Amino acid sequence: MGWEVVIGLEIHAQLATASKIFSGSSTRYGASPNSQASLVDLGYPGVLPVLNREAVRMAIKFGLATGCRISPRSVFARKNYFYPDLPKGYQISQYELPIVYGGRLDILLEDGGTKTIGITRAHLEEDAGKSLHEDFHGLSGIDLNRAGTPLLEIVSEPDLRSAAEAGTYMRTIHTLVRYLGISDGNMQEGSFRCDANVSVRRRGDHRLGTRTELKNLNSFRFVEKAIEVETERQIHLLEDGGVVVQETRLYDADKNDTRTMRIKEEANDYRYFPDPDLLPVVIDDALIEALRGELPELPAAKRNRFVREHDLSEDVASELTATLEMANYFEEALRAQPDVPAKRIANLIQRELTAALNREGLSIDQSKVPPEQLALLAARIEDKTVSSSAANVVFEELWQAGDSGEVDAVIEERGLKQITDTSEIEAWVDEVIAANPEQSEQYRGGKDKVIGFLVGQVMKLSRGQANPQQVNQILQDKLRD
Amino acid sequence: MDNESTRGHEARVIDLASMHEATIAQLAQALKQRKISSKELTEHFLERIARLDDDLNAFITVTRDAALAQAEAADARLAAGDGTALTGIPIAHKDIFCTEGVKTSCGSRMLDNFISPYDATAVARLKQAGAVMLGKTNMDEFAMGSSNETSFYGPVHNPWDRETVPGGSSGGSAAAVAARLVCGATGTDTGGSIRQPAAFTGLTGIKPTYGRVSRYGMVAFASSLDQAGTLTRTAEDAALMLQSMAGTDERDSTSLPDPVPNFSKALEEPWENLTIGVPDNFFDDGLDPKNAQLVREALSVFERLGARLKDIHLEHLHLSVPVYYVVAPAEASSNLSRFDGVRYGHRAESSGGLTEFYMRTRGEGFGAEVKRRILTGAYVLSAGYYDAYYLQAQKVRQLISQDFARAFEDVDLIAGPTTPTPAFGLGQKVGDPIQMYLNDIYTIGAPLAGLPALSTPCGMVDDLPVGLQLVGPHLSEERLLAAAHRFQRETDWHTRVPPGYVD
Repeated sequence: MGWEVVIGLEIHAQLATASKIFSGSSTRYGASPNSQASLVDLGYPGVLPVLNREAVRMAIKFGLATGCRISPRSVFARKNYFYPDLPKGYQISQYELPIVYGGRLDILLEDGGTKTIGITRAHLEEDAGKSLHEDFHGLSGIDLNRAGTPLLEIVSEPDLRSAAEAGTYMRTIHTLVRYLGISDGNMQEGSFRCDANVSVRRRGDHRLGTRTELKNLNSFRFVEKAIEVETERQIHLLEDGGVVVQETRLYDADKNDTRTMRIKEEANDYRYFPDPDLLPVVIDDALIEALRGELPELPAAKRNRFVREHDLSEDVASELTATLEMANYFEEALRAQPDVPAKRIANLIQRELTAALNREGLSIDQSKVPPEQLALLAARIEDKTVSSSAANVVFEELWQAGDSGEVDAVIEERGLKQITDTSEIEAWVDEVIAANPEQSEQYRGGKDKVIGFLVGQVMKLSRGQANPQQVNQILQDKLRD
Repeated sequence: MDNESTRGHEARVIDLASMHEATIAQLAQALKQRKISSKELTEHFLERIARLDDDLNAFITVTRDAALAQAEAADARLAAGDGTALTGIPIAHKDIFCTEGVKTSCGSRMLDNFISPYDATAVARLKQAGAVMLGKTNMDEFAMGSSNETSFYGPVHNPWDRETVPGGSSGGSAAAVAARLVCGATGTDTGGSIRQPAAFTGLTGIKPTYGRVSRYGMVAFASSLDQAGTLTRTAEDAALMLQSMAGTDERDSTSLPDPVPNFSKALEEPWENLTIGVPDNFFDDGLDPKNAQLVREALSVFERLGARLKDIHLEHLHLSVPVYYVVAPAEASSNLSRFDGVRYGHRAESSGGLTEFYMRTRGEGFGAEVKRRILTGAYVLSAGYYDAYYLQAQKVRQLISQDFARAFEDVDLIAGPTTPTPAFGLGQKVGDPIQMYLNDIYTIGAPLAGLPALSTPCGMVDDLPVGLQLVGPHLSEERLLAAAHRFQRETDWHTRVPPGYVD
């Protein structure tokens, strides 16, 4: 019998509040070390935490978006352990009573189906500072700018059954928190990271195997790769008659393997207890309803609407709603040219625009071609002013020109207007047939595929201006004669 | 009218040489009428500290220059006519309160080198009112103690008998006020640390309702119990100091939002049909019979004043000491984790690893009693013990609160002794923590229930003062102060000066 992997994720999403969860210090990333650490963040004698209400609102929004129950009363607890980047000697977190719990999230599987993943809970907590072990000649440096940054720890049920599912779930949460505006999801800056609990069992077995916890996975790819190698490791171990030890492991991306960080016996006894410095967080229905009213259209709803209203495929709708910025760009373009089929616009976004953005490492809100111009270009393809291949050239021109680019002006200046004059096209066709006697013969001999090559030659000769459908038709007519 | 002859005549009422005999209320009048200056007053008390504190060890730090500068500023304010009742009044702060630019040691080697970069809210408010800080007073290390003998800076001696303890943990504040080295002082009370020293030194000590005074800037011992209050000679003075200190603070989430009443005004309001509950629990075998007799006599004074006495029983009160010695160490074990030598405070010389660094820093920085409580606290919070100790203690704490709440359905105040005995001898209980802990048996209930409580002098046993304790319902500071004020108008125990500190 085969093996089944069982995975649960604990995702840490940094909340996009302006100030820290228990102090007024800025949460801005990249400031010089310890410049954003107040006496509260430094754990000075006598200082006290004061809860940032915005973090509470964000956590509730997440709960509402995932069908969680919102605790009318949740409690902050102290998680006690010593480490130099933990100034108070305890982390303020939530333990027995998290702010939201018992939700779910649908993820889209590769086969087009959906799967519902249970969300056990999401709780608020403060981040620790950073220990810097390089650059100090055998000493360690401590940067407490990050200490006290608000985190939402999102704990899933062990409902994930493959590395790919885990990756998809993490992406889905990532998309969601960015839609909700509660996290920037920036993985390079550590704003979105996760721990994975992984175990394997024989297919059909209902008991869970012994799990290991993979710590601090900070990219979608690492989550998938780490789970893959850890799954393999556990299966090999069990097949060789060994046992899996409950432990915390680290993923080494360079070696693509996992190694022991600490075993269960070495685990801290965190001595959790309710933090007497903070009152319980009491949330009333009025606040919940107010926040429900502030929720944006969520990714799944938007995707379904795009399919329904714009006649797009599930896949295209998924890609266009992958980020709120992408979806907004698409809808702005649609609004600029409501008569152009949405597919035409989606096409330009997914090909030309995406290629250009990827090439320059930009996000869609940094696009050099505004949605109105992209929509106008789609309209010019639709009304046959330019061919698709010429549109490519127009797009590049617009991209280079930046804000000053204008579709019609570029078409005019570059002479890219599509040529539909039959006699002109016939002349190019004749020239191509004459220059390529071999391919022409092959076509006549029944090798239909060659027509593509010949069309390409004509398009090249016309500098992309000839109407490709017309070229195709005229070529066929002439070669059949 | 402010001519020379009037000034000359009035000045004789407050004799410069005996300014220390006057209460804050009296001095405030004299300052306001400019019969004395804050500078004179401050110099007078600084001279007393210099002359008398060597034998008492009440002060850890004396801030002479800053005090004189503050006194001059106070005089300017008084001259401009915008002073408060505390402007120009010399006070001292227990060394648990953070004071900007001044050492804040909390009685520990751990913080012997710690200069606070900020003022505690209570300190800032008294400063804003114009009170002049003469220095920081000695205390049990991290407020853990009932005799002031756990201080890194050595024990404080009780001015009534220097061979006895002044009580603790606010022992330095108590000794300083009792010896007339300062007009009033701040203290903190977690299990009795204001009321017990007040009783031992013949002072009025009030621990307000939990949350009445902000905890911001008070080095935390047991956060759910800690409350700042005052040690003064009279209830009237306590009302004046508390007025400035009390009130909500956005930096302390547990501070109460309730408006602060006018405490001084409340002293004079007539009381009607006051019922005082007298718990039989407070008159147990551990109570010194002479002490018991004085408390009974004090209660009869209240009866004479029209109050009705009612026997009551607090069912779970006998569990308050064990509950306290689970809850307080649990919170302390976590609160004191920040003292790790990384950012401030004592730091061990260490070439070893991180664990060794922590062990040496904390091993050297903390004294025996602090270590004992950290160990106890860590133990009761540990996996496998949490339910049996911490959780159980919290449940009993609830029961104790309910006992008080039920009692206050029928009575307005609860009264009894503050301590089982008068001040005990230095070194007498140091070797026996349980005996030491039992000294707090009557005072621990109120903080467990978050209730305000006060101790006022009610007699002398073998030439040592003892106290009457009054406990009130939530936010009843006005009633407590008024009751103590009435009592003090009928009695003179609070006016007694320890021999040797009259001049």
